[in-house]
Amino acid sequence: MGFNEDRKRYLAGLEDKTYFMLGDEACAYGAIFAGCDFFAGYPITPASEVAERLAEELPKAGGLCIQMEDELASMAAIVGASWTGGRSMTATSGPGFSLMQENIGYAIMTETPCVLVDVQRSGPSTGQATKPAQGDMMQARWGTHGDHNIIALSPNSAQECFDMMQECFNLADTYRTPVILLMDGEIGHIRESVTMPALSSIKPAARKMAKPGEDVFGGEELVPGITHYGMGQNVHVTGSTHKANGMRDVTTPHVHEALVKRIYNKIDDNREKIIRVEKDISQNGQSKIGVIAYGATARPSLGAVRAARDDGKNIDFMRLITIWPFARKQVAEFAKNLDMILVPEMNLGQISREIERFVNCKVVSVPKIGGVPHTVEEIYDAITEVAS
Amino acid sequence: MIIRFVGFGGQGIVLSSYIIGKSAVLDGKRAIQNQSYGSESRGGECRGDVIISDEEIYELEPVNQDVLVALTQPGYEKFIPHLKPGGTLIVDKDLVITDEKMEPENIARYAIPATDIAHKKFGRKIIANMVMLGYMNTLLNQVTFESLEKAVLENVPKGTEKLNLDAMREGIELAKQESAR
Amino acid sequence: MSQPRNQMMNYIREEIMPHRFCPGCGCGTVLNVFTNAIDNLKLDPVKMVCVSGIGCSAWIPSPYFKSDTLHTTHGRPIAFATGVKVMRPDLKVVVIAGDGDVSGIGGNHLIHAARRNIDLSVFMVNNMIYGMTGGQVAPTTPTGVKTSTTPHLNIEPPFQVAELVAAAGASYVARWTTYHVFRLIKAMEEAITKQGFSFIEIVSQCPDNYGRRIGLRTGVEFLKMFKKQAIPIDKARELPEEKLEGRIIVGKLRDRERPEYTSELHRVTKEQVDKIKAEQEKIS
Repeated sequence: MGFNEDRKRYLAGLEDKTYFMLGDEACAYGAIFAGCDFFAGYPITPASEVAERLAEELPKAGGLCIQMEDELASMAAIVGASWTGGRSMTATSGPGFSLMQENIGYAIMTETPCVLVDVQRSGPSTGQATKPAQGDMMQARWGTHGDHNIIALSPNSAQECFDMMQECFNLADTYRTPVILLMDGEIGHIRESVTMPALSSIKPAARKMAKPGEDVFGGEELVPGITHYGMGQNVHVTGSTHKANGMRDVTTPHVHEALVKRIYNKIDDNREKIIRVEKDISQNGQSKIGVIAYGATARPSLGAVRAARDDGKNIDFMRLITIWPFARKQVAEFAKNLDMILVPEMNLGQISREIERFVNCKVVSVPKIGGVPHTVEEIYDAITEVAS
Repeated sequence: MIIRFVGFGGQGIVLSSYIIGKSAVLDGKRAIQNQSYGSESRGGECRGDVIISDEEIYELEPVNQDVLVALTQPGYEKFIPHLKPGGTLIVDKDLVITDEKMEPENIARYAIPATDIAHKKFGRKIIANMVMLGYMNTLLNQVTFESLEKAVLENVPKGTEKLNLDAMREGIELAKQESAR
Repeated sequence: MSQPRNQMMNYIREEIMPHRFCPGCGCGTVLNVFTNAIDNLKLDPVKMVCVSGIGCSAWIPSPYFKSDTLHTTHGRPIAFATGVKVMRPDLKVVVIAGDGDVSGIGGNHLIHAARRNIDLSVFMVNNMIYGMTGGQVAPTTPTGVKTSTTPHLNIEPPFQVAELVAAAGASYVARWTTYHVFRLIKAMEEAITKQGFSFIEIVSQCPDNYGRRIGLRTGVEFLKMFKKQAIPIDKARELPEEKLEGRIIVGKLRDRERPEYTSELHRVTKEQVDKIKAEQEKIS
């Protein structure tokens, strides 16, 4: 498992080179560079290329790749695999992501490190199967029932699809939680150059292991050490409310409260370590208008901001790289001197409403659905309309 | 530079856009390739777009293109309105009947018998896209010949490398004759 | 005078005893049978993972059986177990769950695991009812039975789950009842030892939520009924279908050799690894 000789031998043939590939394919190679040991998935447009590429390549690195009977099973299998100590992942799109919600909740409750890739397509339901969207932003946050926290990242290039797989696995292992790479169909299905790094630069985070006999589901730390199957610890893993030793207790109020609050807080209290944003602030610092975007939409957004600056307008720009936990502090700081923030996104305003909660200025949603990403011109027009 | 290839599935449309994009990356330029096709794998409408730039690419799916390469009549008719005024149109002259009334202003129009050449000279209609590629790139000079050759060699089925390269060179020759005229 | 210690307690998480099964429930019997089978096979529980879903029978291994345990969502234990097994082929992975879990909500996972013939042992405790939730109709409830969600009597025919799994491709399939404890111990030993997907349907009793609907008040009454209804498979094969109405066909339905999924998966994976190795050696 992990970075054994088989994997190093395989990666040696790929490292330190530039390729031209799909965002989906970059994600698959990124996973292999991240030490992914196990993939389980089910075909779905526009995420199938992740599975196809891993089915071809992962075995060459000694990893296992299987196709399950559905997405419920795929999510279940990666949780099972994770408890053997392996880095495990799945990839899907909206309809499959909906089915996975059940066992995402299980992974959260059992504190199982694993990675899900959601290549978002137009919904609800089957929607426009082949068309991109960013409609699962809130589903990623609240799709599974009950109080919980989640980590989700949004790449805006094929290169980031590659790079962020390492980040996802590292976050999953560090915080013992499922992590979602919230791609969109646009980024998944464009081909771009992707540079694979030197193997020596890969630094996978190690899971903190519990000492023999130590509680695996509680204790002093927000993130308890884990133990793996076959280590003689008789670990009991359950999605029901449990005590620090893993044993069920579904009736004592404070047991549930302590468990769920800790699971919630282990991400909330570490939000500043997790969150990444990217800012492009107008040089004279006198902007009154800002644009916040993420994923594919961040590309035409930045293009529009720069075009507006060329016209002499002061516009600030921020890209959300981490979607969840939400960058509320960073967004509030960004908004401090602004009168208005424009939020282009390929949905009807899911993140724009989230931004609204943390700023005092006006927030204007620039939504676009229908399966075609925003053009630079559309966002430019939205900017000039308010910045005249 | 935004180039759109259109045709039916099976004509190597997506591969053509891929090869140009890959060549641009080999040249150290930025490139994005994008494609769409129907759910059928053969015979359906098919397009492959490629954007080549020296700078950061902001537009992921540009509405209008600088170049349209059309290998079918429906593809030509559907996408000709999206060719920018002053742009370049290249069609297979035996497969597409152009109609000036539909076309944007001041475009440069080229019609070559790519499929016919592929069929008569190489016995393989399927490599018409290579004739087109060679022709188009010589005309527009977007990527270096070295990169183009490398990308073709890496991405065509094993055993057909020479055939594909020969077809591409045929297109290059055709373009050279064109400009000499 | 203290009772001698039951040797099977070595396999039990004693700290959480007593168990929560209702008086007369078949789950206790199945737990006892399971520990006996493990003991007879001299299996080290450290080398086992027990996986279960939701429902009364899911509690048989989890939390009571002292090994690594994975108590999953409703219907999904076989899918979770698949992830464990392929990653650790050296561990014995056993799924114990109910009829609603395995053949209702999880039916798809069951038939596909059988089709793959993955080396899991699945023991489905069939009490013919959703017991934990209060006696609702199950895919295994006989036609004509009044349950809390079929107050006007069940109009659906029940699943013949063992036959289904045999048809789907499992290496080993058997059906016994909680009356046949020694046969069941033997069958579990065979199932656990068998390479490939092994499945035992254990017809069991739920006096509280099923028995009272069909006029059987105690576990003993159920066992007497099972004894009467049971017919060995060899005998059943000689009888016309109408004569098998109301009978429980017991015995071994399938015992065959088929390629096993986990070893096949590791074989093709190793082939790919070796290919890369050979390529690299050729270069250097």
